[in-house]
Amino acid sequence: MKTISVNEITKSIKEMCIEANYTLTPDMRAALKAAAASEKSPLGKQILNQLEENLQIAGDDRIPICQDTGMAVVFMEIGQEVHFEGGSLEDAINEGVRQGYREGFLRKSVVADPLLRENTNDNTPAVIHYEITAGDKVKITVAPKGFGSENMSRIFMLKPADGIEGVKNAVLTAVKDAGPNACPPMVVGVGIGGTFEKCALMAKKALTRPVDSHSEIPYVKEMEEELLEKINSTGIGPGGLGGTTTALAVSINTCPTHIAGLPVAVNICCNVNRHAVKIL
Amino acid sequence: MDKYIKAPLLQEDIQGLSAGDYVYITGTIYTARDAAHLRMQETLEGNGQLPFELENNIIYYMGPSPAREGRPIGSAGPTTASRMDKYAPRLLDLGLKGMIGKGKRSDAVREAIVRNKAVYFAAVGGAGALLSKAITASEVIAYDDLGTEAIRRLHVENFPVIVVIDSKGSNLYDIAPKQYAAAGE
Repeated sequence: MKTISVNEITKSIKEMCIEANYTLTPDMRAALKAAAASEKSPLGKQILNQLEENLQIAGDDRIPICQDTGMAVVFMEIGQEVHFEGGSLEDAINEGVRQGYREGFLRKSVVADPLLRENTNDNTPAVIHYEITAGDKVKITVAPKGFGSENMSRIFMLKPADGIEGVKNAVLTAVKDAGPNACPPMVVGVGIGGTFEKCALMAKKALTRPVDSHSEIPYVKEMEEELLEKINSTGIGPGGLGGTTTALAVSINTCPTHIAGLPVAVNICCNVNRHAVKIL
Repeated sequence: MDKYIKAPLLQEDIQGLSAGDYVYITGTIYTARDAAHLRMQETLEGNGQLPFELENNIIYYMGPSPAREGRPIGSAGPTTASRMDKYAPRLLDLGLKGMIGKGKRSDAVREAIVRNKAVYFAAVGGAGALLSKAITASEVIAYDDLGTEAIRRLHVENFPVIVVIDSKGSNLYDIAPKQYAAAGE
């Protein structure tokens, strides 16, 4: 049994909210750099160079990469041998978000009720996903999600007979509909299988995979590569203003599903695909 | 083609702009996004007065992150324009001449742009830190209670945008991707 104080969780979440909004992970930076080098449209190249310059300014001058500093999505992978002390874990996570968004000069973009729409003024509550794992470690992933791209995400409840072509069409449909609204070059997270909510969660989690990684399942890896090529052949381009870089990566996660179903979720992220990871 | 224009806009400048032009704007512009548009709509329905003159002005669809001490504004990139499509035609008919945002517009907005000889610009989404450098002053002029969604008067110096829908109705989002789409797409 390992004991962790919830104060440590608050401190970690606070730091991670700030870090994720000021710096992209090295894989994302490298992908943007490579895209700027290979982009064929002059305007597209100019936009990609601006995104690189933007990252530099964000880091140097401590200005968030994007003004939409997102709704804080927090993945908590908790080893079953861990015990938390000092108060409620959920309160501790939200306190970390509250402190991070205040002290990090991050935008408060959360409303308390979806229809009454009053801003909570501290960006809480976070969207928290808990998972119990083996061992005595806690892995925290903070992934602030902007809504320009979140609004363009889709779920398709396909039929088994739709097969792999149906899945590919679903992903391409979502990307084409998103177009310039999702701030391309985008990162496309896909969940295939499970149930309605499980495939959405898989798609979200796929966005936290390194953009230079691939599925370990050979046919899924092939589908990731083929879809990326097809998406980059749409011509949508950086900013949706034409070009050969529409997506930086397609990350697909799969899991078992029901004999009657083929759920597919497409969670689109903008060029600011950000997250911070910490293991306690 | 690179062009330099002043805000508020001059009709001759607007008509000289074509979809695809890279434009640097210097002058005064106003921010408004979802909640501020709803309030402006309610104000108009109640025959009230809007917080700023629409005539020849530009609205920037933007809600900034908080400014650090000594700076005019935080990160300040565009938000998705289509959420304001419901309100934009009426504002254009009342004299609004320019909008800055990102993403597609409805047919009704495009028609209102042509009807009023106005223009829709895109700024680069995801470049809020870079764009903040072109904003030299920011002041909340209405709806302070809306926080980031309040209406702000901004002074901008060579603020970089791209003409997406010009006063004749040409739409860069329709034209440009076709040039780079692979055969069969």
